[in-house]
Amino acid sequence: MKAKHQRLFLALAALVAIIGAGLLAVSALKDEAAYFYTPGDVKTKGVEPGKAIRLGGMVVKGSLKRAADGVTIRFDVTDGKATVPATFSGIAPDLFKEGSGVVAEGAFDGKGTFVATNLLAKHDERYMPRELEGMSYNESTHEMKAER
Amino acid sequence: MRKLWIWLPLALFLAFIGLFASGLFQPDDRIIHSRLVGQPLPAFTLPAGASDRPALASASLANGKPRLLNIFASWCVPCAAEAPQLMALKQAGVEIDAIAIRDARPDVDGFLKRYGNPYARIGLDARSAVQMALGSSGVPETFVIDGQGRIAYQHIGDIRADDVPMILDRLRDAQ
Amino acid sequence: MIAETGLAALWLAASLALLQLLLAFAGLKGGKSELLAAVRPAAVAQGLLTATAFALLIILFLRSDMSVLLVATNSHSMKPWLYKFAGTWGNHEGSMLLWVTVMGVAGAAVALFERALQRDAHMATLGGQAAISLGFYAFLLFSSNPFARIAQPPADGQGLNPLLQDPGLAFHPPTLYLGYVGLSVAFSFAIGALLTRQVDAAFARAMRPWVLAAWVLLTLGITAGSYWAYYELGWGGWWFWDPVENASLMPWLAATALLHSVTVLATRDALRAWTIMLAVIAFSMSMVGTFLVRSGILTSVHAFAVDPTRGSFILALLAIYIGGALALFGWRIGSVREGAPFELVSRETMLVVNNLLLSVILGIVLIGTLYPLMTEAFGHKVSVGAPYFDRIAGPIALALMIALAIGPMVRWRRDGAGAVGKRLLVPAVVGLVAVAVLAAFAWGRIGVLPFLGLVIAVAVGAASIAPLWKRNLLRTPLFTWGMVIAHLGCAVSLAGMACDSAFTVEKLVAARPGDTIQTAGWTLRFIQIMPVAGDNWTALQADMRVDRGGTPVLIRPQSRFFASPPTSTSEAALLTRWDGQLYVVLGEEVEGGRWQLRIWWKPFVTLIWLGGVMIALGGALALVGRERRGWLMKWRARRALA
Repeated sequence: MKAKHQRLFLALAALVAIIGAGLLAVSALKDEAAYFYTPGDVKTKGVEPGKAIRLGGMVVKGSLKRAADGVTIRFDVTDGKATVPATFSGIAPDLFKEGSGVVAEGAFDGKGTFVATNLLAKHDERYMPRELEGMSYNESTHEMKAER
Repeated sequence: MRKLWIWLPLALFLAFIGLFASGLFQPDDRIIHSRLVGQPLPAFTLPAGASDRPALASASLANGKPRLLNIFASWCVPCAAEAPQLMALKQAGVEIDAIAIRDARPDVDGFLKRYGNPYARIGLDARSAVQMALGSSGVPETFVIDGQGRIAYQHIGDIRADDVPMILDRLRDAQ
Repeated sequence: MIAETGLAALWLAASLALLQLLLAFAGLKGGKSELLAAVRPAAVAQGLLTATAFALLIILFLRSDMSVLLVATNSHSMKPWLYKFAGTWGNHEGSMLLWVTVMGVAGAAVALFERALQRDAHMATLGGQAAISLGFYAFLLFSSNPFARIAQPPADGQGLNPLLQDPGLAFHPPTLYLGYVGLSVAFSFAIGALLTRQVDAAFARAMRPWVLAAWVLLTLGITAGSYWAYYELGWGGWWFWDPVENASLMPWLAATALLHSVTVLATRDALRAWTIMLAVIAFSMSMVGTFLVRSGILTSVHAFAVDPTRGSFILALLAIYIGGALALFGWRIGSVREGAPFELVSRETMLVVNNLLLSVILGIVLIGTLYPLMTEAFGHKVSVGAPYFDRIAGPIALALMIALAIGPMVRWRRDGAGAVGKRLLVPAVVGLVAVAVLAAFAWGRIGVLPFLGLVIAVAVGAASIAPLWKRNLLRTPLFTWGMVIAHLGCAVSLAGMACDSAFTVEKLVAARPGDTIQTAGWTLRFIQIMPVAGDNWTALQADMRVDRGGTPVLIRPQSRFFASPPTSTSEAALLTRWDGQLYVVLGEEVEGGRWQLRIWWKPFVTLIWLGGVMIALGGALALVGRERRGWLMKWRARRALA
């Protein structure tokens, strides 16, 4: 009988651990799903400063400026609905260009500028960033639209 | 109770297999095909993209002979990679026109000087307007245009050496 | 001729695998030992044939035989020979040939060297191995023939992805594959045990060395892969939670759990069903990982071939083998009696805790890796990144480390909670000292997780050498040494990870040649930028003289351009010192003739990989120790008889 009790105890502990971990994972994944923002999302939903997110959109043509220190760049990211200013310090990927798609990882500072810690540009000009697939950007109207 | 537990892994696994299968057989939406294939080209007129080539207008693409319309840019690495294949196509007697995307004339001149110039006419599409109208989503892309100004085929990505015979076949079919 | 011979060897090997399966099946069914006698020779011949086919493909690559499609599309005649060699498995077909080769050779090894297993179970295992191999032969021969010829051979070939042109790649994928596919032996053992209904301590003792060997190679492969990503990608990180990395981590987690549960089965004859389940899961994870990487359904920095027909082929194989094994498990495990029950405070319980935590981490990694696929089925596109994995798996991994510290101090069968507490006193005190020291010197400067990581690493380090206390070190069995070193390796690796995230100093500057840069006690003198050329690339190279008070050393970060296929990569310059690494990346030119430089000083980052090597070394010692003990016992028994 004693052995049986112990086994029950172990099984319960295991169940609690697994369910606990599962719940943690689900909550984290929910955050993760909310982790990707376009400038339009930022405008409508709002993101508190300091929260780590991914910001995806197009680099507005003519907005890319390099600061005097040579390693900081400023640019605007747009999805047609809204435009967000962003900065990045570091070595930008080769394919990071004005008018191209970008996914930036980082957080907003208190003044509404997105401080990117990492820029992801797909190493292939043919492709848009994964989350922006099926969207295109009209240079003249700064409009972003879904193809389908 | 134990009976159920024993079959749980199999049930979970079958659910995963279903998921994998749905992921696998979903159409590959990473490549966006133009909806204009089989349709006439939209009308456009573009300024000249290079200093030693004439400008490009949609009307000149319907002169009776099938030809290629190559979308490229001087800042695009795969475009440089496909340059030898375009030269080979030109040597095979194919007429190639081009649209340079988000580009500037001096940059295009430099690019052509470096990688060769297989183009008969080059239009400059500084704002990607014509590219969007064509249903092209990136560079490089190449359209096969039949003699009547209709899009017969769209090739997405750079033309590799083993694509050349296929492109030639498409041109012949468009006759 | 070479290519045709290779293809013939493959077909022959495939037919031998079929023969091996039929012989084992018919022999076991009808109890005919003359049929069973032919199973082992068939397995050995099959292993030799696959090895021949693979050797022939290597020769084709080394000779740059451009009439073979695979060579023409993945190699270049201008490439250095090492990359031609590594190019053999740097592509889809070649790596699948390596896969079946390892599987065939592992089967041959089981046929030749396995002596502990009963005859019927041994034959069923070999039959199982042949059955799995058969599916992968079919995959190779029908949809990925590595020996296909082309009519018009190109002059030079198309080249290999420049990221893959690195000496590390000559070593790391084969090691990883040996580990991955080595787990197929454990899978076949489980199938054999289920078919013959022999799941007991003797079975566990027979399976353990095979699991250990695969696990050691997997550990080495992951360690090497992590170091490769660290220096080749030039991002300064050592683990990116990329699907390809997760694909190698998941089998490792399952194999680590299996390694510990098989010990419980061998020593106490408990956890029978669970051990069989883990053996099935471990190799299933290898196959799922391969499927995820090969089918291209998940995008990744590392992924190569994208071909839906191949994807559906591997999916079918997965469904047949994993589904079949799980169904067999459900059907047969009911008739396997559960082994001895155990006490709450005992080594067994601690190992169950280890298994539980490892399985939970495995589940988290699996869910995180597959989540994008799940949401995509419902029309959303989501990518799951490092924050998820770090936040969820990190704390559980720390809990696992604590269990690792306590586990070896608890006795088998039954122990007292008080006695265990007493034994834990020293590591606990060491941990508290670490808290005090860290709090005094680094409070507020480092995050919670790195802080906890460092403290736990120190305490676990102290605890893991506890099994050696008051023992004659020369007479301590080799496998105890193995456990101590592997556990110490975990602590060392954790310390490296925590140091990297707590104390790394990063500096980003734009500098002109002639400038001097100061960071983290280092002085970097930027001398010049020079164009340089290699066999198949050109590069801009920065010459920098660096020192921190001693003799200056020249380092040369590069930004490389490959012509075929056209790509650019950055080659970081690494300077290793006993207390860390200096990591310098050259960026692009900016106005004013300045160059972007990204400089990291990473204290004790090398401990991460040192720990990985120690873990593998511990496994190897345990393997040798167990095997040697078996030989000694056999030798003594023979002498006693004489």
